[in-house]
Amino acid sequence: MPVGTSAPRLHHEERPKGSRVLVLIPAMNEEENLGGVLDPLVCHFSPQDILVVDDGSSDRTPEIAAGYGCKVVSHLHNLGYGSTLLTGYHYALLHDYDFVVQLDGDGQHPPELIPRLLDPVLRGESDVVVGSRYLEGKSPTGFLRRLGALPLSLVASLWIGARITDPTSGFQALSKKAVLELCTDGFPDDYPDIDVLIHLHRKNIRIREVPVAMRPRLHGQTMHGGWKAIYYYYRMAVCLLLMPIRRNSPYRRQRPMEDDSLGEGPLGGIYS
Amino acid sequence: MTSLAWILSQEAAENLDLPPRQRVVAVLVSILILLGVLELVRQRKLREEYSALWVLTALGLLVLALNYRILVWLTHLIGAVLPTSTLFFGGLVFLMLLALQFSVRLSRLTYRSRSLTRRVALLEEELRELKRRFPEEGEDLGNDEGD
Repeated sequence: MPVGTSAPRLHHEERPKGSRVLVLIPAMNEEENLGGVLDPLVCHFSPQDILVVDDGSSDRTPEIAAGYGCKVVSHLHNLGYGSTLLTGYHYALLHDYDFVVQLDGDGQHPPELIPRLLDPVLRGESDVVVGSRYLEGKSPTGFLRRLGALPLSLVASLWIGARITDPTSGFQALSKKAVLELCTDGFPDDYPDIDVLIHLHRKNIRIREVPVAMRPRLHGQTMHGGWKAIYYYYRMAVCLLLMPIRRNSPYRRQRPMEDDSLGEGPLGGIYS
Repeated sequence: MTSLAWILSQEAAENLDLPPRQRVVAVLVSILILLGVLELVRQRKLREEYSALWVLTALGLLVLALNYRILVWLTHLIGAVLPTSTLFFGGLVFLMLLALQFSVRLSRLTYRSRSLTRRVALLEEELRELKRRFPEEGEDLGNDEGD
């Protein structure tokens, strides 16, 4: 395994207190794929530090995750990808994790590449590292998909002032600073996209891309395509046009969740 | 010719007002609508926040029924030809406002139900974890008198 050589020491017991990494896996009906994701992961992370957020699956996704000894948080019903991530971010803050690595439960994101994403964040060189499948030329997705994503990545690159080639990638490593910002406001709870990166950039959070190879999905359908793609473009347009003048969500200032780690300190009050 | 002063004059009243029978029917209908809306609020079937637009509309209808000349004046004001078009236009604006109000409420409800679902999911996990960690305390939590 390539992880063994380059991975930082990640196990809970070995690491100094206060530098824990949460592996966040959003999953919806992934019983066929989840095992393939978790098998390599549990060799390098303690299952206690792996969180599978089950977005209202109707299959055995949560049972499979629990079978590996992972933490499982289950939505009562399907809320979409953005909300699933948001639940994971809240979990990370609630349990005082310092870093989050997120990869999809469908096996697209090879777990052995986690160190490549995590290292710059652990070293404090960046707050968000996005794994891009387009940065190294060859991509497993179709030409049309590539063409459709191009304008969005152009806008993001220009706005942020750094090369962003794969803004929709769900393969990311985040620092606590970034997670905190995402939980406070500005994270769309339906479909996150370049607006998230631009929002983070506006909040002075450092973003970087690294090349990763992605595998095609083994089973089931992807999230993108068809009418959704058109709606997606519309949403992006509205989001980006309103971004500079948009107000904070009036609903995101609510009573914090009762927890010792949140009693005092900067995290209290952000739970929505 | 169609200034507000003229509309309210005796001459206009003779030329423009509805025949008495129509007028009575119109007034009765608008009063019924108004009472119906208020009754729904009284029975707590309609929340006050959603009743405002309905009450406003019913009052508007009542005023127009009592004094048809105002409708004629409004028709001239917005440049319509027939008073009926003014009524339809008013109805359309009312329905649009109502639909918009519903969309706003719906957005709020969506936001709240989503954040509640996330919170419930996190709390469930927390509860499961606590029960796993302290199995005995969890069982006789009810009649425990300080152990």
